[in-house]
Amino acid sequence: MKKRIMGLALGVITAAAFGMTVNADELIKVGIINNDPNESGYRTANVKDLEQAFSEENGFEAQTFYSLDNGEQIDAAKKFIQDGVDYLLLSAAETTGWDSVLQDAQTEGIDVILFDRTIDADESLYVASVVSDMAQEGQTAVDWLAGQGLDEYNIIHIQGVMGSAAQVGRTGALDEKVAAEDTWNIVTQQTAEWNAEKAQQIVQSVIDSGEEFNVIYAENDDMAKGAVAALDAKGISHGVGKDVIVMGFDCNKWALEELLAGNWNYDGQCNPFQSEYLLDIINKLEAGEELEEKTIIMDEKGFDAETITEEDVETYGIGGGDTAEAETEVETTAAE
Amino acid sequence: MSDTKKKAGAAGLFTKLMRNQIFIPLAALLLLVIVNLIAGPSFFKITLGANNAGNMILSGYPITILDFGSELAILALGMTLVTAASGGQDISVGAAMAIAGSVILRVLCGNAGSHPETMQAPIIVAFLAGCVVAMLFGAFNGILVAYFKIQPMVATLILYTAGRSIAAWINNNELPIIKEPEFGYFGGFIPGIPIPTPIFIAAACMIVMALVLKFTTLGLYTQSVGINEKSARLNGLNPTFIKFLSFVILGLCVAVAGFIKVSRLSTINYSVIAKDIEMDAILAVALGGNALSGGKFSMVASILGAYVIQFLTQTLYRFKVSSDALPAYKAVVVIILVVASAPTVREKVSSMWKSRKVHAKEVG
Repeated sequence: MKKRIMGLALGVITAAAFGMTVNADELIKVGIINNDPNESGYRTANVKDLEQAFSEENGFEAQTFYSLDNGEQIDAAKKFIQDGVDYLLLSAAETTGWDSVLQDAQTEGIDVILFDRTIDADESLYVASVVSDMAQEGQTAVDWLAGQGLDEYNIIHIQGVMGSAAQVGRTGALDEKVAAEDTWNIVTQQTAEWNAEKAQQIVQSVIDSGEEFNVIYAENDDMAKGAVAALDAKGISHGVGKDVIVMGFDCNKWALEELLAGNWNYDGQCNPFQSEYLLDIINKLEAGEELEEKTIIMDEKGFDAETITEEDVETYGIGGGDTAEAETEVETTAAE
Repeated sequence: MSDTKKKAGAAGLFTKLMRNQIFIPLAALLLLVIVNLIAGPSFFKITLGANNAGNMILSGYPITILDFGSELAILALGMTLVTAASGGQDISVGAAMAIAGSVILRVLCGNAGSHPETMQAPIIVAFLAGCVVAMLFGAFNGILVAYFKIQPMVATLILYTAGRSIAAWINNNELPIIKEPEFGYFGGFIPGIPIPTPIFIAAACMIVMALVLKFTTLGLYTQSVGINEKSARLNGLNPTFIKFLSFVILGLCVAVAGFIKVSRLSTINYSVIAKDIEMDAILAVALGGNALSGGKFSMVASILGAYVIQFLTQTLYRFKVSSDALPAYKAVVVIILVVASAPTVREKVSSMWKSRKVHAKEVG
């Protein structure tokens, strides 16, 4: 009896060993570390996109960990390294503190790929990074605004959480332009910390002061929505051909619908659909190819209310699952 | 002779005023008013105009402050009771508001997806559901504090940490949007009424609280439990239940505040809705000169404290303090106000006045 069990165990072990070395169809093990999907609609879309891409049907065995806490993320990374994943995909909560754990990964022969956010670590510690160029997003938006040819730009600038990459990038381009042009003025520049209701208060405050403005440059959709609520309460018209130009970022589906309806003027994309880039990298590495670039910057668009189509809204809009299909997808995400 | 008497009388009045809890928030309010007046009298201009829905509404700084201060004032009501009874604070109110708001939207969305064309349930049903859930979470905190004797800040840390994830889970991580304008009335304007609805809701809550305190023994019992739990028990009170009750009442306040918050924009964002509002609510209680260690309390002072905070925020926006510096400015003002309103400082100052008064008498 004992012998039989031993034999069975031995058989399993050999089979496992064979499986690891010989079987090329074996699933690729990836460890995904991301921020909490509740953080924003953007993050929810990002998490969902990756989970769908790294499924078993696509030949992956994915372990996931989501947290806004850098320390917890590092612990999870250590665990994934111990579990012997083939690839570690990382969107770090903070830019620092990753050196030693990434060195561990390197000694274990695990390829680290950064996505969405970069970190302050030596480039040799990761094989590639897939990022948004936030400064470029800001530049695209500012160029679009300049193209509107207003006689005078009086801008209410609503910023995100100070110091975040999105805030720094999207603020930078505008600040530069305002400094360079005489006709561009900042009426107020305040942080609403991505919070719609704070944005509402800031715009309300400007309205109460009686100052003139004709542009709202909000660094995300939520804040643009808050700003618009304040405009609506005061009876100030906004949108295509109206008194105030409304600009947002992130391309939430509901925001693009506002564009389609002509209530807003512009929305800048921050691409959460990063899995195709990641899959491409992994496929190349699996095939033994060299990567051409270490840092891969994603294509990102800016949508104009006058040219946006319904197809754009469907293709690029984030979240807002009215359909049953979207509902079930989300449920599985929540269950995990 | 009569002159000295008058002087002493004035000093006595001042001492009395200084001793009164309401003094500091009132002084802070006056100071803010003066600063804003100096910067420009337009501050108090209130205008009537049509909004984009075609209704005539009032607008201006004072209205904005009262409007956006509503949630904080409502929370301050419950927070004052919790502070007085348990000698600790609930730091989970922001997260609990996210939960209450999420429940309300969940009920309204029903099975019609997250962006329903019409509401799937009457607003009142959704609101009551939000109340029940928020009170249950309040009860959870209350049980930990009252029955298991866990320090309130630690007990409520649990919900503070988990609350926003729970809120997201309730709506399957979707961000629901209610399209019908009726839902927005509660955080905006009811057609035909030019004053923002949150102001009415806050006033209603205050009136209810005032009536409860006047016609029931809740206030008295809460204070006795806060001052000395043992002697309260010896006098036949049930301190455990009083503490528990204060958390449940705070839960109700949270539901009302959460309802206003989600109604403002007819949507929710779990990670940022009512963010850090717990700190402002605790601050309102402290600004009102209430001892954070429990015991005697003044509801009026807490409410004033809440509006002072909103006033301060609005003033900083008005002066266009730069985004980086905003928290620092706020912190400085808060430090001054809190120190000035601390019971020990007030005692000291008023005793200083008293000794001066005595000294003046002796000289006279």
